[in-house]
Amino acid sequence: MGMTVVEKILARAAGLPSVKVGDVVEPKVDLAMSHENAALVINQYLEVFQGTGLQPKVWDPARIAIIFDHRVPAESPKTATNQKKIREFVAANGIAKFHDVRGDVGGICHQILPEYGYVRPGFVVVGTDSHTTSHGAMGAFSFGIGATEMASVWSLGIAVNIEVPATIKVVVKGEFPPFVGPKDLILHLIGKLTAQGANYKVLEFHGETIRKMSTSGRIAICNMSVEAGATSGIVPGDAETLRYLREEAGVTDPIPCVTPDPEANYIQTVEIDVSTLGPQIACPHMVDNVKPIGDVAGTRIQQIVIGSCTNGRLDDLAAAADILRGKKVAQGTRMLVFPASSKIFAQALDKGYVHDLMKAGAVVMNSGCGPCLGVHEGALGDHEKALSTTNRNFKGRMGNPTGEVYLCSPVVAAASAITGVITDPRKG
Amino acid sequence: MAKVIISLGNDISTDDIYPGRFMATVLPAETPQFAFFDRTEFNAQLKAKAFAPGSIIVGGENFGCGSSREQACSTLKGHEVAVVARSISRIFLQNSINLGLQVVICPAIEASEGDDLLITADQVVNRTTGKTYDQVKLPAARKGIMDAGGLIPYTRARLMAKQP
Repeated sequence: MGMTVVEKILARAAGLPSVKVGDVVEPKVDLAMSHENAALVINQYLEVFQGTGLQPKVWDPARIAIIFDHRVPAESPKTATNQKKIREFVAANGIAKFHDVRGDVGGICHQILPEYGYVRPGFVVVGTDSHTTSHGAMGAFSFGIGATEMASVWSLGIAVNIEVPATIKVVVKGEFPPFVGPKDLILHLIGKLTAQGANYKVLEFHGETIRKMSTSGRIAICNMSVEAGATSGIVPGDAETLRYLREEAGVTDPIPCVTPDPEANYIQTVEIDVSTLGPQIACPHMVDNVKPIGDVAGTRIQQIVIGSCTNGRLDDLAAAADILRGKKVAQGTRMLVFPASSKIFAQALDKGYVHDLMKAGAVVMNSGCGPCLGVHEGALGDHEKALSTTNRNFKGRMGNPTGEVYLCSPVVAAASAITGVITDPRKG
Repeated sequence: MAKVIISLGNDISTDDIYPGRFMATVLPAETPQFAFFDRTEFNAQLKAKAFAPGSIIVGGENFGCGSSREQACSTLKGHEVAVVARSISRIFLQNSINLGLQVVICPAIEASEGDDLLITADQVVNRTTGKTYDQVKLPAARKGIMDAGGLIPYTRARLMAKQP
């Protein structure tokens, strides 16, 4: 019997000829990523060694990546002190894949990993962040874990007791209509599957639309796969993966791709034709509360957010700049833009997008998780509404439990910034 | 037997259990103060130790969805409560097992605040309504971690076994 991509990846990483759904395996980890919560990982990791008489030693510093993004620059002495401790740990353990608070190599972990070629097709990637599913866009099996599990990975170099997950095949066909794109596709899919429809399963993406999709779009759909409960989203590595890794990440060593067997076994197949899809909005307070834009058009918005690990890439900023160039953000609405990485920020500067957005009235912020998780900037006032290109709209998400967050694509966010209400960009 | 101290709906997110704005607090000893922080009254009761150890939070489908933040488990573990839910999100379930937070998957559970529940090896009995519900067993693959008392002692044992 054939294997899915993830089955093949797990078989290779566990040193087995084949695996099937439900098998318990212990794959070797190719990359282990953490952000500021490395502070907790370090605490748990040191506890593992307590009383053993062993000197704490990470299994392979070259396979550990730590990226500061959640609260940069630090919003509190507590975060700053956590970051300081992590910096000391990184230096003491020789962890080279470390991205500090910097305007050259800093950024959001889910952009930095692909951007620097840290993730390759066929890798097993774990990260102490639920949106680690993003790296499925590079053809890797990539999933989120907790800090204690990461401490175990740092100690042993394997993910212990992993059950081989079932896979849902998602086949996407058709060409996106104008002003409709990957974000609308994934919101539509989450609405269709529900927030737990893919729980404990993998979403494997196929079809002509995916083949033609840029890596940026693929990251967006894999990023949000977790909002349907998926362990991971994955786009099997192909020509676009190789192009991105060679041309944009500067990878020069061989890049073998892993593809599923034609007779692989899927638990379910979902087919989507995007040629008739319109802009989608995830309404408060669940990501699967997805509606066509017409249902909520006209809703007044106090804060527009463009950015994040979902939609803070160069093409997202370009799309927003194209709509806002020469226009103004509506009075009574504020617009926050935070590029996914410093590199993207610099590219957006060179291309004039930052200028276009600022001239329209947007505040362009440093790269990082920014307002998405409501920790230190861009919090909502009582009963305010935000329209955001980020990935979650749970109650309290943007720092205020009385606030409401609507999720959308960058073009919807940009068109709505001009009017101050949720606006269909096709009618602009 | 233990009391249901709150009965919640579907899709209770980790932002609800442990709001993102407290994520700079990481140590398990410090997280309990922020449990369900935005449910002001419930948070105050937890902090005032109004509930007996072993008291139960009942959830619907997809309990613990969202972020991988382990604080969402350590904050509940710190209050020595248990979670009985219709289904549990993958990362939250794994974190619970890793930290030793008692979680029970019980797909048909119906229980209101104040009900008395008895958790047996494979069922949950609602003593108040007289109804009995089957549990879904936790993944067999996790038994080793549970038997060891959590992932830290489990990893420690695995590490020691690797030594020459």
